[in-house]
Amino acid sequence: MADMNANIPEGELTGKWTKLRSSMPLVNPANKRSIEIIIVGSGLAGASAASTLAEMGYKVKCFCFQDSPRRAHSIAAQGGINAAKNYQNDGDSVYRLFYDTIKGGDYRAREANVHRLAEVSANIIDQCVAQGVPLAREYGGLLDNRSFGGTQVQRTFYAAGQTGQQLLLGAYSALERQIGMGKVEMFTRHEMLDVVVIEGKARGIIARNLITGELERHFGHAVLLGTGGYGNVFYLSTNAMGSNVTAAWKAHKKGAYFGNPCFTQIHPTCIPVSGDHQSKLTLMSESLRNDGRIWVPKKKDDQRKATDIPEEERDYYLERRYPAFGNLVPRDVASRAAKERCDAGYGVGQSKLAVYLDFTANTERYGRIEATKHNIHNPDRETCMRLGRDVIKEKYGNLFDMYKQITGEDPYELPMRIYPAVHYTMGGLWVDYNLMTTVPGLYALGEANFSDHGANRLGASALMQGLADGYFVIPYTIGAYLSKELATKPIPLDHPAFVEAEASVRGILEHFLSVKGTKSVDFFHKRLGKIMWEKCGMARNAEGLTSAIAEIQALRKEFWQDVRVPGEMNEFNPELEKAGRVADFIELGELMCMDALQRNESCGGHFREEYQTEEGEALRDDENYAFVSAWEYKDDVKFELHKEQLKFENIKIAQRSYK
Amino acid sequence: MSTGNMNLTLKVWRQKNNKAKGNLVDYKMSEISPDMSFLEMFDVLNEQLINKGEEPIVFDHDCREGICGACSMYINGRPHGPKEGITTCQLHMRSFQDGDTIVVEPWRAKAFPVIKDLAVDRTAFDRIIAAGGFISVNTGNAQDANALPIPKFQADSAFEAAACIGCGACVATCKNASAMLFTSAKISQLAQLPQGQPERYRRVQSMVAQMDAEGFGNCTNTGACEAECPKGISLENIARMNRDFYSAKFVSEEEV
Repeated sequence: MADMNANIPEGELTGKWTKLRSSMPLVNPANKRSIEIIIVGSGLAGASAASTLAEMGYKVKCFCFQDSPRRAHSIAAQGGINAAKNYQNDGDSVYRLFYDTIKGGDYRAREANVHRLAEVSANIIDQCVAQGVPLAREYGGLLDNRSFGGTQVQRTFYAAGQTGQQLLLGAYSALERQIGMGKVEMFTRHEMLDVVVIEGKARGIIARNLITGELERHFGHAVLLGTGGYGNVFYLSTNAMGSNVTAAWKAHKKGAYFGNPCFTQIHPTCIPVSGDHQSKLTLMSESLRNDGRIWVPKKKDDQRKATDIPEEERDYYLERRYPAFGNLVPRDVASRAAKERCDAGYGVGQSKLAVYLDFTANTERYGRIEATKHNIHNPDRETCMRLGRDVIKEKYGNLFDMYKQITGEDPYELPMRIYPAVHYTMGGLWVDYNLMTTVPGLYALGEANFSDHGANRLGASALMQGLADGYFVIPYTIGAYLSKELATKPIPLDHPAFVEAEASVRGILEHFLSVKGTKSVDFFHKRLGKIMWEKCGMARNAEGLTSAIAEIQALRKEFWQDVRVPGEMNEFNPELEKAGRVADFIELGELMCMDALQRNESCGGHFREEYQTEEGEALRDDENYAFVSAWEYKDDVKFELHKEQLKFENIKIAQRSYK
Repeated sequence: MSTGNMNLTLKVWRQKNNKAKGNLVDYKMSEISPDMSFLEMFDVLNEQLINKGEEPIVFDHDCREGICGACSMYINGRPHGPKEGITTCQLHMRSFQDGDTIVVEPWRAKAFPVIKDLAVDRTAFDRIIAAGGFISVNTGNAQDANALPIPKFQADSAFEAAACIGCGACVATCKNASAMLFTSAKISQLAQLPQGQPERYRRVQSMVAQMDAEGFGNCTNTGACEAECPKGISLENIARMNRDFYSAKFVSEEEV
């Protein structure tokens, strides 16, 4: 068994990070120049780490499968990024952000990691503004904030509905600056297909040049994975088409434990599925919940148009069930509540798998404020709606346009129809406080690791975590490892470990091409997605999970025997890329079901139907399940469970309530 | 699989690799749903090709929600198709008529060589950014974010320029294959912010030099780029870039 010490520094919670930073071993500037670091992924975590480590003087190689690092999926994050700045003077603090995040995660995250995240959150905003990221501002020229779920303060910074894009372009420009200076060597359209481990340490990767199909060997003193989450295991998700688990999964198979694989975030506000042809789901930012009200008709199977249903016949079920937080409850709670209403027969739209997100009330309210600004006294409703629409347009224009494009309906006229969809994965590679996996020298950053969000992530915290890891955590913590690697000379690429790893990758790719079966890769991916969504999605139970495991095992067998991958190895062949990714998703899917099955409790996004309160809320079992499940890969797709006990020394663990 | 009733003829550019000669190939499509996106229609076609034992069509795509900038199809003579303000992935089949013939080509520009079928190499854009599309601030150098108030209209204008997704539609539609809308958007974003001032003139010279070195054409003020830009990036940015470029040549004391 690998070393699973979380390496949390001693001392008071509030002093752990400061003390560690000041006592962490350093690598002197001259030595940094001879140390090579491989970074896989160029999203918020990867790009921020690559640029920062290069600024510090390390030799960096960065890889992404997209045609440009700017296209990593962080680009699609809409709503915002949290930071404990307390610019709104509403009582925010590092402690409160820490507390909200631990509670939001349903007490399944590490206190020390989350506190560090809250501590560095303010620096992230400073850094991004200095880079020229155009965050939203007030007329006084200072930064604006908006509300997000699971909190009662306004701490979310944003750039219209394109916050992820603007933050990523900031990190991307910092990365390109280092590329231009020759300090980062960038490999676009390259996919990592294995980690090379020599004498127990990560020493490099095997990557495939996706244009020529050639396999390449790359050495590094350390390997960092900022490769994102695995939501696409469900086939339909809000992730980009290319988002995949392959890099993390290959690392897992080389000894990195996988943490909490079953913790998946189902986002409550997505555009509902319209048909079998659907290839992905589109999110409508959580920020909309701040200005919208969610409801369904009080009458079952109500056929009337939304606008024809009078106020008293609407059930604002979130406000009814959770008066304190209302529409701003955390995502897991909001998703389950929507599912509950739809399952009970109150859903709307053709599929009946949707609820309304209505902006009328706030549009009118904004209009009234605008009217006052324009010296219009006693404005009529129509004037208010007209003026209010302009405000809504400025705040969410791109989201409303996106909705209209996809559904063909105008959300300024009719309420949006929304339904939960897979969005984010809290689980990921297990890492210690220093972000190192159980393989020495192999690190995981951002969504690729499991560390900060427990069983449910709060909105606007993913961008915060990705950039925290890349800009402010790894640049310090990697020193602890690299300071002991100064004597390590670059390992020649003909070392047997490199040769073997490449041969094994080649073997797998050649196998896919040689099967010449009858079904496309997508066919298998869709089937996997269906099993996962039905049996390991918003609600799970032991019976369903047990049958899912058997079904996935059978699917895996069938996939390896009957998949059809056209084309050749040494050419640009997207089907071959997909085959590798789906093969890994199938193995991961089985592990997710195993993890969900062993966790006999409900917490956050993991809702086991057998474990709920009388009111239908998640019922945790802190006595037996206050641990991180860390799975070790055994040969032939077998897994062994290890546990990292969570200790809550600063927060009193309690039944989560948003009532 | 699909449930609609649209019948279409596609004429799609097929090219084995960057050395091979390409040509348009006809594909008949039936039972297409108007609710499908254009790329989902291509998914259906590719599934059919795979089942027939033929090679599927390669095209770039990723987020499928109009923000990553990967998708890049030249549809009936227009980048991203007939609708304004959207990318190919946001185009839905309800924008076409039953019985239509649709011609689909890759971006065409010397600086964007075809890799295969509809996928082109746009790394020239990255090199333009690497030449100066940044503010030189190492991690840890920043002051408190609110120590630098920026008037809202200025921040908003910078944001509008920053909304560019780097898809390359501007280059594809331009008769000169000019990258001036793309380049000027980044220059203009940073030139309008106080943080961007120290490197303002250095930046414009380096980025324009790189843009020229990549083999993009010049701007003759046709305005097709602005009309076809899925994010509505304004031609004003080119004016700002030109003004800064001349200022840099005549006024700036710094030589690049």
